[in-house]
Amino acid sequence: MLDRAPEVAMASVTHSFMKLFRGSSADSDRGVKPAHPGQRLTRRSSGLAELSRALKSEEPLCILDLGYTSAANIRYLTERGHKIYSEDLLEASTDPSLITQDEQGKPILDSRRFLADNLVYQAAHFDIVLCWNLADYLDESLVKPVVGRLWSTIKPGGMLLAFFHTREAGPDAPCYRYHIVNNDMLEMQHIEARRDVRRGPTGALHTAIEKSFRLQRVFNNRHIENLFRDFASIKFFLTRDNIREVLVVR
Amino acid sequence: MDTPKTGEFAHIGKSVVIKGELSGSEDLYVDGTVEGSIELQGNNLVIGPNGHVRANVNAKGVVVQGKLDGNIRASERTELRKTAVAVGEIITQRVAIEDGAYFKGKVDIQKEAAKPNPQPLRSEPKVEAKSAATGAAAATSGTSVSGAGGAGPVTPSPSVIKN
Repeated sequence: MLDRAPEVAMASVTHSFMKLFRGSSADSDRGVKPAHPGQRLTRRSSGLAELSRALKSEEPLCILDLGYTSAANIRYLTERGHKIYSEDLLEASTDPSLITQDEQGKPILDSRRFLADNLVYQAAHFDIVLCWNLADYLDESLVKPVVGRLWSTIKPGGMLLAFFHTREAGPDAPCYRYHIVNNDMLEMQHIEARRDVRRGPTGALHTAIEKSFRLQRVFNNRHIENLFRDFASIKFFLTRDNIREVLVVR
Repeated sequence: MDTPKTGEFAHIGKSVVIKGELSGSEDLYVDGTVEGSIELQGNNLVIGPNGHVRANVNAKGVVVQGKLDGNIRASERTELRKTAVAVGEIITQRVAIEDGAYFKGKVDIQKEAAKPNPQPLRSEPKVEAKSAATGAAAATSGTSVSGAGGAGPVTPSPSVIKN
């Protein structure tokens, strides 16, 4: 019995930590439940609704979709006469050849190499960037460099739409891909990673649930403001499903 | 455009490697490796599940089931099947992408037929048929491969298009 005491104490601490991360059980009930692969859920998006005003432009816009390849998004945007670029950065970040070590010998991803192979566009090229939930699931070492590169590829006045989980979403919040349904409606589909990322490229840093990606961190409002500090403006949209939608303007 | 039956398409088998300019006036199924450019104006190209194409492609319709690293210019339709891994630019009238396909690049839908303008990725045309043991016919009637000696593209003889 005594031998098991430290185990029990550790379990209790872990449970408390997870409870803190998840919030109360009542809050959890309101959150998005983990979905089965292939299952699709719909949600209203105020950020997309705001963005849709720009999508009505007669002028063809250059739009970058950074999520998992979505035929629905390509169809929706090209039907409106826009040019769409698709690049799945989360998938690209699982390339094992990106793994390197920092000064302390800790495994990190080589952001220079990552940016040499990805997000290679001329400056001020895009009118709109659909970032979706990328920052929440991307490896820590890539988040700031990627946002910096995005800033330079977006035209002045161009917009970026990003989603961030709130603390109540919990560490096992499923990683979704987003399909545009109409002006303000999105369809969410659980992502299955193409590569085996159960341990992730940097081991513990990028563990995944089953075959999908794991939430890496939770940004609070101040973190988000700091992340986009070089942009001209930032607008938050609160939702009921433990997601904060953020629309930033360069 | 479904996966072609034998005889409907000129067929490049999975053990065949072609480097250079590939042109023709019949439908083509590539299950091997092609590097350079593929010019099939008015005809269809299918890249099979084992196909690995590093080339700019100009065709009427393009179906990708394997890997494509290059630009597609399709006058009618482009399809990326669920096993497709495509990197490059797609200029076409209609595009269909199956769930599970990977695409990195740009999609530009053009109402009018996309004009042909293929640029070879490599300037070292040569034909390298490693093996024809799998029944691969790298250059059947109506499909030609230019290379070896820099002879330039060979104008293909017209052939019956069975599609």
